[in-house]
Amino acid sequence: MARATKKAKRSRKKTAAKTPAARALKREEKVHFLHQMMQIRAFEDKVFELLARDVLKGASHVYAGQEAIAVGACSVIEPTDYITSTHRGHGHCLARGGELDRMLAELCGKATGYCKGRGGSMHIADTSAGNLGATGIVGGNIPVATGAGLACKFNGRNQVVLCFFGDGASNNGTFHESLNMAGAWQLPVVYICENNLYGMSVSTDVACSVKDIATRGVAYGMPGEIADGMKVLEVREAVARAVARAREGGGPTLLECKAYRYRGHSRSDPRKYRTREEEDHWHSRDPIEQFSNLLVKTRAMTRKQVADLHVQVELEIAAAEKFALEESEYPDPSELHDDVYVGWKKGPMGLEKV
Amino acid sequence: MAEVTFWQAIRDALRDEMLRDEKVFVMGEDVGIYGGAYGATRDLWEEFGSERVRDTAISEAAIAGAAVGAAMCGYRPVAEIMYMDFLTIAMDQFVNQGGKNRYMFGGKTTVPMVLRTQGGAGRCIAAQHSQSLEAWFVHAPGVFVVSPSNPYDAKGLLKASIRDDNPVRFFEHKMIYGMKGEVPEEDYVVPLGRANVTHEGDDVTIVIYSMMANLALEAAGILEQDGISAEVIDLRSLKPLDVDTILRSVRKTGRVLLASEGCENNNAVTEVAMRINEHGFDYLDAPMKRICAADVPIPMSPTLEDACIPTAPRIAEAAKELVG
Repeated sequence: MARATKKAKRSRKKTAAKTPAARALKREEKVHFLHQMMQIRAFEDKVFELLARDVLKGASHVYAGQEAIAVGACSVIEPTDYITSTHRGHGHCLARGGELDRMLAELCGKATGYCKGRGGSMHIADTSAGNLGATGIVGGNIPVATGAGLACKFNGRNQVVLCFFGDGASNNGTFHESLNMAGAWQLPVVYICENNLYGMSVSTDVACSVKDIATRGVAYGMPGEIADGMKVLEVREAVARAVARAREGGGPTLLECKAYRYRGHSRSDPRKYRTREEEDHWHSRDPIEQFSNLLVKTRAMTRKQVADLHVQVELEIAAAEKFALEESEYPDPSELHDDVYVGWKKGPMGLEKV
Repeated sequence: MAEVTFWQAIRDALRDEMLRDEKVFVMGEDVGIYGGAYGATRDLWEEFGSERVRDTAISEAAIAGAAVGAAMCGYRPVAEIMYMDFLTIAMDQFVNQGGKNRYMFGGKTTVPMVLRTQGGAGRCIAAQHSQSLEAWFVHAPGVFVVSPSNPYDAKGLLKASIRDDNPVRFFEHKMIYGMKGEVPEEDYVVPLGRANVTHEGDDVTIVIYSMMANLALEAAGILEQDGISAEVIDLRSLKPLDVDTILRSVRKTGRVLLASEGCENNNAVTEVAMRINEHGFDYLDAPMKRICAADVPIPMSPTLEDACIPTAPRIAEAAKELVG
């Protein structure tokens, strides 16, 4: 066993050294990352406000605090690649090219939303943009991502899959079955574990058998790496290495991004299970603050430009809110039975061929 | 027409579809060199190789979920779950992901996959290897449920299932893999949602499916000796359900016996009864009756197993009581 671990470590080192890091970024690209992260944060703040005002129905799990992961990871891949998302999926949807207005419309259950209002917060995804979907079952997307990886391996088009999930999902059987399968078949999947320290209220210290979830990669014959999930460029570098390895036929990677969920699990969560000191610590490492400071320090942006971008995002959110709440209609009840089946529709006697 | 066994019919359908469409592939536990626990993938590994006939780890959730993912990315996976009882482990992936993805994501995706599985009692292999869990899947929106009773239907229905763009749960009864029947070599499909009147009669309609449909033919023979003419309807698809064919028969006979090897409580045929109630109540001359498996975990002992599930004489008896 010890020997096998050593061997895995050796091969990990070798591959890591061989694969190229992310290419150098243009200024516009960096500004775009900051813009996207600000959009996600502002979107989530708006969602929380609308929930508090009871304008928004249903459950919403917000992504605030984890923006650097979705933005950094999705910045690496091509439009033809795939991602799979989770119940905390607003950030993934946006980073994969989703527009604020149609996203908010989806959360409001409006017909103009990405899923025609049928999915809502927990299933927000634009499947036509290579997002294979957000699932409300913790760990439910990991086998699906693995199958997408199999399809990518079959078709020879050099595509990859980014599979997002949380620390909680890494304790689910689907994680272990899927990573074993991907390791055995050397599938081009990057398993991105967003470790935000809590599965709802239960801390990883209590729930996890290991301190670093990345170490579980060894069990499945794949490199396990850790990235600072509060640093967008660090996430990007790590995902770029894993994606390059996958495209070269080097198989899957387990990448653990350490981050923090700013809000409670959902609106009804009073966050009794964690201290305000701990929250303050993570807020002091805010991904948007850190990255905007970096851009200012490296003279990619001025303070004024950062402030202007904040104002621009506020305007974008206001426009999205107007679109979702005022300009969009709810789906007509007559559409209830649409799209359950391909080629069949409910008729007076049951399902009928269309 | 060649006479082939049920397992050969399944295998031939898989082979034909893999030759016809390069997007079709097979995966599951022991489907490769072993040829499947009940032999239904025999010789495919030799012909198509380990890429398209993929042996998997004993990971039912990953098998079903990987089929969903591959299907959403343009392939037509046929995943095998060795025993229907093991579907409990794969349930979330098939029902919550596969069955709902199209609807939940606004109709922009399809999940063209088949989940083949084997089930039913008769081999004394007890409570976790003998169940008939069709009802669980009939209940799930977005998935079809298909259940052939003979080699001809097996081949035609499996081809139709593979070509269909919806996720299909394809159920093979373990006691009919050796059953022989005439099967054409040329291409044909048995459309989903079309029941088959396998025995015509005027006094009572027996609505049934899978292996039990063969027992119903035996029961019809017993009833004939008592001067009762039974019409047997083999549903073939539990969803979509062919309500028209059932109603045509009920209008003629006025009496309905529903039979299944699943547990009695909330059995899939209960839904059939409700459809008859909704659309054919006026045709009924007597309350409908059902004969199903007992609401117990299937016991191993042969006497108990036999007592647990419907048999041809018991089906005949129930029909006789109905005609009374």
